[in-house]
Amino acid sequence: MSLLETTDLVKRYPVRHRLTRRRIGEVSAVDGVDLAVDRGETLGLVGESGCGKSTVGRLLTRLDTPTSGTVRFDGRDIGPLREDELRPVRRDLQIVFQDPFSSLNPRHTVRQLLSAPFRYQGLEPTEPVEDLLKRVGLKPEHASRYPHEFSGGQAQRIGIARALALRPRLVLCDEPVSALDVSVQAQILNLLRDLQDELGLSYVFIAHDLGAVRQVSTRVAVMYLGVVVESADRDALFGRAAHPYTHALLSAVPVPNPDVERGRERIVLRGDPPSPLNPPSGCRFRTRCPKAADVCAVERPVLREIAPGHRVACHFPEERTP
Amino acid sequence: MSLLSVRGLTVDFPSGVRAVDGLDLDVEAGRVLGVVGESGSGKSVTSLAVLGLLRNARVSGEIRFAGQDLLSLGPKAMRALRGDRMAMVFQDPLSCLNPYYPVAFQIAEAYRAHRRASRKAAHALAVSMLERVGIPEARRRARSYPHEFSGGMRQRVMIAMALCLEPDLLVADEPTTALDVTVQAQVLDLLRDLRERSGTAIMLITHDMGVVAGLADDVVVMHGGKRVEAGPVREVFHSPVTAYTRGLLDCVPRVDGPLPHRLPTVEVP
Repeated sequence: MSLLETTDLVKRYPVRHRLTRRRIGEVSAVDGVDLAVDRGETLGLVGESGCGKSTVGRLLTRLDTPTSGTVRFDGRDIGPLREDELRPVRRDLQIVFQDPFSSLNPRHTVRQLLSAPFRYQGLEPTEPVEDLLKRVGLKPEHASRYPHEFSGGQAQRIGIARALALRPRLVLCDEPVSALDVSVQAQILNLLRDLQDELGLSYVFIAHDLGAVRQVSTRVAVMYLGVVVESADRDALFGRAAHPYTHALLSAVPVPNPDVERGRERIVLRGDPPSPLNPPSGCRFRTRCPKAADVCAVERPVLREIAPGHRVACHFPEERTP
Repeated sequence: MSLLSVRGLTVDFPSGVRAVDGLDLDVEAGRVLGVVGESGSGKSVTSLAVLGLLRNARVSGEIRFAGQDLLSLGPKAMRALRGDRMAMVFQDPLSCLNPYYPVAFQIAEAYRAHRRASRKAAHALAVSMLERVGIPEARRRARSYPHEFSGGMRQRVMIAMALCLEPDLLVADEPTTALDVTVQAQVLDLLRDLRERSGTAIMLITHDMGVVAGLADDVVVMHGGKRVEAGPVREVFHSPVTAYTRGLLDCVPRVDGPLPHRLPTVEVP
């Protein structure tokens, strides 16, 4: 059994009129998502802005309540839990956010920030703040400082230390490195990897950066407009991508090698992702898909297994290397 | 002779910060120079200095553009040059466009600031520029307002505006950083294509080594306001001289190639 598992997860938000606030429609941010995260593994969730990856993250951690579908953590459906029932679950389910500065209270010292999780849980601290700091590569004397005294990378380390304070089993990382410089990104990705090796953590790693996702993930799910279009083990996804969208994404990532960059075949998609307010009929990717045919407008492709552990939602999946 | 030649450029802010420290760089006519570095390396301040857009900063050294010494030009002469012979595109197109006017109006306005043309002729030119940068249904979209465009389309509008006067140099400061990767690919394609057809030289400021690899002919690597390394893009990427450049290239997690258990980290010079 997986540590975290979702079944047919759906989240719709009401769209209200600007002035009257009357409900005039709804937007399907997440529209039937099945995911599973095993113990000690990292699920990378990748897609462009508006694809619903962050909403999935919010549903997984119950920062938001699903419209329908289930989120099972350690076998238990956490979807319908009340706030007081959720609190013990949150010890096991922590989050690292994108912007370290806006997720750290500027008026609190690092010591206060890192002891807050214990306070909220009504627990005695099990690990001294100094040890937590050392674990994420900071110094014990940093405990008395305030967030603004740190660089972006250091602040993100504090965010990670706070997420680890309660010894969670799963940590959701929502774009944890996209606000950081590349050299700092590398350090944080390495830190996440080291902590996983050391503590046996599971991660859900949400990012738009495919390189970062490849670096940390064991499995990867690609989202487009609220649905998962492909999911596979890392090497299968990056080596034998089957969905045309995954192909296009991979071919669009600039590679720091002039010969590769100039020589390779690039699939440039036309247009922008359609609005989730009014998604296309049938396959949601068909309006930008180079392989779209008549059937794609009529029939929504279901996620089906094309190789062990490799699932793709496409009427015309491909078999070739990017 | 280079189109743009920067020698010993130093920029001091009143706070005492020296953002650029004795920088040399050259942009050759019709070529693309990538200026790459991490935040705080001084790459954006360099582009603003070249465009004469730095207020309250002491700029010294030499900036020569087509043989003219830009630092000795007055604000009026700079204004005549900017937009006409040298144009710019920034990271966030929404903050560069006026929300109250249709996009074609703004392009026509930029054109008419430098050339004598009737409103009608300028509007027609704006529409043809929008077509050229790949805006579908350009004639109809010309009357749309900035908020009605997506991020990628807005950046196309900015590029159309920048190129409507056929400048010799386009300064592009992180032009694709705010865009999604598939849209970034479209805009990079557009820049490649425009540069081939019009021969406009581009000074491309970016933190993304991949973007430099795909678009630039030459590259300058900056750190702490100084030039760390410079040369043709193939040379610098294949055999970087400094450990810093090597580190910047190696620390980027890639979608291709071997997968290290841990990423190499960067040695700061």
